[in-house]
Amino acid sequence: MIEGWNLVIGIEIHAQVNSKSKLFSSSPTDFGSKPNSQVSLIDAAMPGMLPVINKFCIEQAVKSGIGLNAKINKKSIFDRKNYFYQDLPQGYQISQYKDPIVGEGFVEIETENGQKKIGVERLHLEQDAGKSLHDQDPNFTFVDLNRSGIALMEIVSKPDMNSPEEAVEYVRKVRSILRYLGTCDGNMEQGSLRADVNVSVNKPGNELGTRCEIKNLNSFKFIHAAIVYEAKRQIKLIEQGESVNQETRLFNTQSGETRSMRSKEDAHDYRYFPDPDLLPLTLDDDWIKGLQDSIPELPDQIKERFINEYSLSSYDANIIVSDKATSEYFEDVVKNRNPKLVTTWVTGELFSILNKKNLIIEDSPITSKQLGELVDNIENGKISNRQAKEVLEEMCESGKGASEIIDEKGLSQISDENEIESLVDNVLNSNLENVKKYKNGKDKLFGFFVGEAMKLSKGKANPKIVNDLIKKKLSQ
Amino acid sequence: MKDSHTLKSLAVLLENNKISSKEVTSEYLKNIESGKELNCYNTISQEKALIDAEKSDERRKSQNLRSKYDGIPIGIKDLFCTKGVTTTASSRILSNFIPNYESTVTQKCGEAGLISLGKLNCDEFAMGSTNKTSFFGSVKNPWKSLNSDNELVPGGSSGGSAAAVSGDLCVASLGTDTGGSIRQPASFTGTVGLKPSYGRVSRWGIIAFASSLDQAGPITKTVEDAAILLDIISGHDEKDSTSSVNPKENYYENLNPDIKGMKIGIPKEFRSDKLPASTQKSWDECADLLKTNGAEILDISLPHTMSALPAYYIIAPAEASSNLARYDGVRYGLRVKGNDLIDMYEKTRSEGFGDEVKRRILIGTFVLSSGYYDAYYIKAQKIRSLIKSDYVEAFKKVDAILTPSTPSTAFEIANEPSDPVQNYLNDIFTVPVNLAGLPGISIPFANDENNLPIGLQLITNSFEEQKLLNVARNIEETINYSETPEKWWFK
Repeated sequence: MIEGWNLVIGIEIHAQVNSKSKLFSSSPTDFGSKPNSQVSLIDAAMPGMLPVINKFCIEQAVKSGIGLNAKINKKSIFDRKNYFYQDLPQGYQISQYKDPIVGEGFVEIETENGQKKIGVERLHLEQDAGKSLHDQDPNFTFVDLNRSGIALMEIVSKPDMNSPEEAVEYVRKVRSILRYLGTCDGNMEQGSLRADVNVSVNKPGNELGTRCEIKNLNSFKFIHAAIVYEAKRQIKLIEQGESVNQETRLFNTQSGETRSMRSKEDAHDYRYFPDPDLLPLTLDDDWIKGLQDSIPELPDQIKERFINEYSLSSYDANIIVSDKATSEYFEDVVKNRNPKLVTTWVTGELFSILNKKNLIIEDSPITSKQLGELVDNIENGKISNRQAKEVLEEMCESGKGASEIIDEKGLSQISDENEIESLVDNVLNSNLENVKKYKNGKDKLFGFFVGEAMKLSKGKANPKIVNDLIKKKLSQ
Repeated sequence: MKDSHTLKSLAVLLENNKISSKEVTSEYLKNIESGKELNCYNTISQEKALIDAEKSDERRKSQNLRSKYDGIPIGIKDLFCTKGVTTTASSRILSNFIPNYESTVTQKCGEAGLISLGKLNCDEFAMGSTNKTSFFGSVKNPWKSLNSDNELVPGGSSGGSAAAVSGDLCVASLGTDTGGSIRQPASFTGTVGLKPSYGRVSRWGIIAFASSLDQAGPITKTVEDAAILLDIISGHDEKDSTSSVNPKENYYENLNPDIKGMKIGIPKEFRSDKLPASTQKSWDECADLLKTNGAEILDISLPHTMSALPAYYIIAPAEASSNLARYDGVRYGLRVKGNDLIDMYEKTRSEGFGDEVKRRILIGTFVLSSGYYDAYYIKAQKIRSLIKSDYVEAFKKVDAILTPSTPSTAFEIANEPSDPVQNYLNDIFTVPVNLAGLPGISIPFANDENNLPIGLQLITNSFEEQKLLNVARNIEETINYSETPEKWWFK
């Protein structure tokens, strides 16, 4: 990224487990509920309350591990991470420290230099804390415990990324895998997926630099911007002869800068120890096997299939499979249609409409069935590409089907050769002078004849037939 | 006070309509009133108990009984959360806490029709062996030494539970035992105290001290009553992940005092010159008695016994330091205002906890700290494993182990050692049993030269409560211990 410097990046992703109830209690997990309306006696850490593992969350974590090509640990242990804070009712977070449920794995990402494997160190389960609200009262902090006890998966990467783009690609890929698996909804705006990014810089050949951790990044844009800012900051320090302090930093989304939150010296001593309220978690082989068999097709496999089955380019396939809903949409449309045409329309026109309207594909105003109908009309020559764009816009506005709009607007392309031949004859006969000039070598006039013919057909004539016929007539 | 009742005897009286639940409940409430000086109860549920007793009498009339023991009044250690009834753990920090939920154990008692007379005093958060650490003051032992009028400790932490049974302030009671908190006070008060195997009784709704050691159990007048109460409170609870799915037995129904052919082990590591002669004598006599009744007595070794106490005083405070973190003034209990969050924490916890609790929180925080964890906590866990395997080996050779319950009989409240480590020695015979997760029972065997009860402890393998009760019943049947304290508090 910056000439003469290496960038080393490792990422911890906190992904909320997609589950109706919390990790150790039966409270619901709906987003945006009234404060403290989803809190059980356990979540509020009332005296004498005991955690009971939610088996579904275990299942989700193991599925995620399988999706990350990782080792599933048949025995794992829940530990207590002890610290005091107002939104941590127990005075400790139940997490996994030395023995996580999922061990080493990897994901593959696309980089400008081709495929790259990014190592996954581990995935462990832990409870989320509550939420402190500092802006409700001048003298008091309010606490909302709805999130307290919700299951999170912490996915720790190896420091295998070397540019902000790779970092973003990695998070994108992990998010995509989790969404395919249905183990995390990946909603970054709602905080269902957030990343802590570790950044260090060094001169090529030198040993690794001191790292800083930037906490709680909840968009791809911020991940990118924070890494760029942080790398530059560290390089500047080193170039000025100063050293980088190992510390935790926060990213200011307004200014695009990072600032120190706490240094290594201030780091908590969390006094981890195995939670005596929970027995070690043991998984049996048959159960794991059952989950392995239930894993759906994941992006890498679908990508390969798309390349083989539909002859997509690696680039297009990558774009389409990066999101589960998009690949399903694509597959709905492409069935029995021309893959190249469908790819163009999905990644081109449809994406640009969605971007303009700031919509996700699940909320697309054009259903896959409707887009299919439009593509059919292009494929059988009823309308031109240019006309199709108009039709698509109209479809968005009115919600009507493609054929209906084509009929209403009379857009239907003229492909009847006899009809076009009379048009062409008409044009050539009224421009005999130019025909003579063309035959004498003024080639450029060919476009003029085509233009006239199209004008005469009000743009409806099939341009290919017009071309062919004019060429044929002029060579006679 | 007329005859001293047991669960068994009262069940018969109630069944034959010789007495109503309301009458017996009122009788005990009167005993509690006249026994106020013993300071057994933190909360007396006078009104609720009488209403519940009336309801029980109605059930009896309509032949709709919840169990044979429907209508019998018991006392509950103030560590069990009881819906609508103040639950304090004898701590200032929870002195205003009224749960809106009921612990599994007390729920089960209610489902059997037992009536709660109130909440019994104990050491603060069950930390102590004299009951002196209670925010509500010491419990007094109903027993007094022959030649002195000085007040004695009832033992702890379930001191209120033991003293109340001994002094007839309830028929039976519930206690909890982390390192001896049921057996030691039972021994000091001439009562029967049973600590079940770890996992036999649900911990849900019991204020936690050390989660891997805590276990609830009965304190009663007889071994039979212990079996009856264990029947009521034990069993798997899906709300407690550490509760065992091991099926429970019908302990009372299957009680069989025949011990012919059984092997009883006497561990040499429990022998000590410092043991009072009378305690040693009782221990020997009991072994002889078991031999006479058909058992074989074997000398055995539990080599790591002497490491149990140090290991316990690392593991228990470590867990406690974390378990007690929730008492922070944020959501319930005492809150002392501060300038900011940290200040509020510090003031609340400084004023809310007593010295012994603070001492253990500090020890626990220290031993879990990075840099010390391996040297203390991990090492203590290793010792714990060694102690467990000592017992595994022993139970390959013997059916049960017989030891004294405590190194001394009850001592004077005023004479409590000021050195906490000296105090911790009270639990030296009981602590290994908790570390190994085994069931243990203390039964009164005789009185010493000062007329103070001497308790002996029996230990069996995990989930062998039936065998444990059978051997205890054999002893009880043979000696027929019937000493009761003189009721000096009746003025």
